[in-house]
Amino acid sequence: MKRVSTSPTPSSASSLFSRRVSRRDFLRGLGTTAISAATLGAQGVASELAQANAEKVHGPGAVPVTLSVNGERRTFTIEPRVTLLEALRMNAGLTGAKEACDRATCGACTVLLDGDPVYACSVLAIEAQGAEIETIEGLTKSGELTRLQHAFIDKDGLQCGFCTPGFVLTLTALLRKNPHPTEAEIRRASAGNLCRCGSQPRIIAAALAAGGTETAAKATVIHFHDHALA
Amino acid sequence: MPWPKETKYLGKSTPRVEGPAKVSGRAKYTTDVAPAGVLFGVILRSAWPAARIKSINLDKARIAPGIKAAILAHDGEFVVHYYGEELAALAGTSRNAVLDALQLIEVDTEPQPFVVKELDAIKPDAPRVFAEKPNLGEVPTKDTGSIDDAFAQAAAVVENTFSTAIAIHHPMEPHSYAVAFEGDEMTAWASTQGIFSVRDGFARSLGLPQNKVRVICEHMGGGFGAKSSLGAEGRLCASLAQAAGAPVKLALTRFEQALAVGNRPSSFQKLKLAADADGKLTAFQMEGFGTPGFVASAPTAAGGSGVTLPMPYIYKPAATRVKQSGVAINAGASCAMRAPAHPPASFGMESILDQLAAKLGMDPLEIRLKNDPSEIRRREYEIGAEKFGWKQKYRKPGSGPGPVKVGVGCAGAAWMSGGRGTQAEAQIFADGTVEVRVGTQDLGTGSRTVVQVVAAEMLGIDPALITARVGDTRFPPSGTSGGSTTTASVSPAIYDLCENVVAELKKISGLEDPRSANWKQACAKVGPSPLAVTGRWHDGLSTGGACGVQFAEVEVDTETGFVKLRKILAVQDCGTVVNKLTCESQINGGVIMGIGYALYEQRVMDRRSGVVLNPNFETYKLPGIADIPDIEILLLDMPERGVIGVGEPCTIAAASAIANAVANALGVRVTSLPITPDKVLAALGQLPDTGVATALARDLDAAFAQVASAPASTLSPETVA
Repeated sequence: MKRVSTSPTPSSASSLFSRRVSRRDFLRGLGTTAISAATLGAQGVASELAQANAEKVHGPGAVPVTLSVNGERRTFTIEPRVTLLEALRMNAGLTGAKEACDRATCGACTVLLDGDPVYACSVLAIEAQGAEIETIEGLTKSGELTRLQHAFIDKDGLQCGFCTPGFVLTLTALLRKNPHPTEAEIRRASAGNLCRCGSQPRIIAAALAAGGTETAAKATVIHFHDHALA
Repeated sequence: MPWPKETKYLGKSTPRVEGPAKVSGRAKYTTDVAPAGVLFGVILRSAWPAARIKSINLDKARIAPGIKAAILAHDGEFVVHYYGEELAALAGTSRNAVLDALQLIEVDTEPQPFVVKELDAIKPDAPRVFAEKPNLGEVPTKDTGSIDDAFAQAAAVVENTFSTAIAIHHPMEPHSYAVAFEGDEMTAWASTQGIFSVRDGFARSLGLPQNKVRVICEHMGGGFGAKSSLGAEGRLCASLAQAAGAPVKLALTRFEQALAVGNRPSSFQKLKLAADADGKLTAFQMEGFGTPGFVASAPTAAGGSGVTLPMPYIYKPAATRVKQSGVAINAGASCAMRAPAHPPASFGMESILDQLAAKLGMDPLEIRLKNDPSEIRRREYEIGAEKFGWKQKYRKPGSGPGPVKVGVGCAGAAWMSGGRGTQAEAQIFADGTVEVRVGTQDLGTGSRTVVQVVAAEMLGIDPALITARVGDTRFPPSGTSGGSTTTASVSPAIYDLCENVVAELKKISGLEDPRSANWKQACAKVGPSPLAVTGRWHDGLSTGGACGVQFAEVEVDTETGFVKLRKILAVQDCGTVVNKLTCESQINGGVIMGIGYALYEQRVMDRRSGVVLNPNFETYKLPGIADIPDIEILLLDMPERGVIGVGEPCTIAAASAIANAVANALGVRVTSLPITPDKVLAALGQLPDTGVATALARDLDAAFAQVASAPASTLSPETVA
């Protein structure tokens, strides 16, 4: 299961155009509307919003944020609206996690938060404080590739490689919890990761192999001249 | 072809050399590069599908916190033709700083009427995308044989109308650039399929000498045709770097990818096909159009982005009449996308052919064996049919039991492929190691590994002794990776290079054969400065004309309209297989992109606002891991043909085979891609009549009538090589 939190800023889509509404303005506006609409559901929303608005305000300027990344505690001075992905890529210099959609749909930015895969593009860096963050770089801290990484290479579970760190982390999390997953479990676990090159069959084969299940080759070389036309 | 017959590395499975870097996050893509002091670039885009831009005021943005440069996309007044067109650009110290400052830019515009749907744009009274010309372009006509007589004498004639949606490339890595100037030297990191084309694009657009521009592409996250040359975002990134006096990186968002960097054109095809009593094709007629977006609506004979289709595709009925054109709309321009023009052509042709087979009471496989002019494809059909179990699986259309119907289909493809001018250089060191440099790029197809495999084979040495370097314009030139030409261009150049290495080493070492077991001994004579050798592509080691066929088995739920894929079998002609492992991966990829085209992918425009309604992955559906069926691949090895690229041919027939399988399951045909559940239910007559379908049919008829009555242009439509 992916843990996905809401984006702090309007999507990058809308922000390319004019007239941006800040999240705080949006919540305030929504708050009054919700309260005036005195339905049961809306009241629940309203009290939640009131609580949200009562929370301590961070920023808008930069604040110190301490992250535990790959077992190392590091403090950055960043705006509270900075995402975990941005903090990792820009501040921590860990560029293995990629930005490909910036809205929690593709999984290229996947990192592990206390062992669970999350979309780092949609988690705030300040929210990730106190959690153990593991990035793709953390898997090879010893200098050795993991069994799953070897399997990705051997089975060619990648082409352009842009989605690869995300898939590797998602499946690493699966294999830690379930060392011998079935194909269905692999498909389900990595359903939140997209690959445009079409390496999914090989990714499945790699994850199966890392779990100890070898699959039959899906490709055969045939020789033209061995087959005369009927 | 002179490729060795008995091989140790060539044609075997070699894991890609960049694998360890890619699985560990060490591989550096464009935006992973961080030149000291790099700024973030962002583009302001038009919120209007058509407007005269009278002025853009950057003053407030320029002085916003963190902003270091603010530039206009054009000087003076100009017209924008689509929602998302570039207006201005900013560079600043953080992404949030530039996004904040974007809101401060004031744009004075005069919005204009626009049209974003093909069937609206083709109407004579539609708003014009370009004031000076009609939206419907010239109508090239191909007319061979006596078409009317042929139809009159035919034993069976079928007609139908087909359409395909606009698909978007959506490589996982968005279009990105990083640009740094040092004195009069410019270095650009680009996510590109053509480092030299990008270099020349920069030199031209910035007025820089070609020898002062260096383009680097170490790794790139996919292109599929959309990254073939320098785009507006690259030019703006470089201009920002010049204006700021600091390095700038600029990566597009997924949202921008859906608007402004290309797509596969749509197609509308009115087809008529005839055969004699034996099922031999005798006549074919087509009226067709599609949209290449806002770009000039006249197609060229070369097609380029693929708005005119190579029809009647792989078949050769004696009499043909083809009239087709492009219609401009207010939307982002199309560009080459994996096998431009072929998947829609294949879909139309293979669909109408199955319809004809059904009318004649023939098996779809039989009608293909009778009519396909390619012996390679006919053999592929026979080999594939046996492996797939076609005889056991095929039943008459719609004759399966139960609410979930199973069906099978097949289709064929052709692609030019072929190799072209590429040069390579090598340094041979005294320790026996080799560095090979070639100015190609790796799109994910494993071009470094191709270099390594060919060199290891030709020199008879361990691939680990060879380091392949690509992706830098300082290396000997190679072409843009397009048209499935990279492997067929690079492999012969490395072959030639290695022949020259062997000749030189013979001279230096005095050994009769410096390869294999003698390699170390020969290299030991090289001395302190390495042996430098060059090589170049020449004819006779690669070829074109790739043929492939695919078979599909599907289940269609007639109650929900949902299509589930059971199996795809791809039989692909590969000539000399260079690396079996990466070749298979490309074919998997082509099939899967074809699955997306068949079932899921479509760009949706909003008629009233003129915007793209699905500029993200939640609503533009790519095939996900749960959607992938069992894919089996047969690589047809024909070493005598030399190296053939497979990246594009393998995507062409997938959607056609799936569509035919769906029609076989249902007994009625869904004539429009993607085959979404609503279309399946509509084809089954299970949707209430809201009048929309009738209105659409009326508009379509009117559109085809316009194409049919348009004066013929002198341009000839594309033909299949």
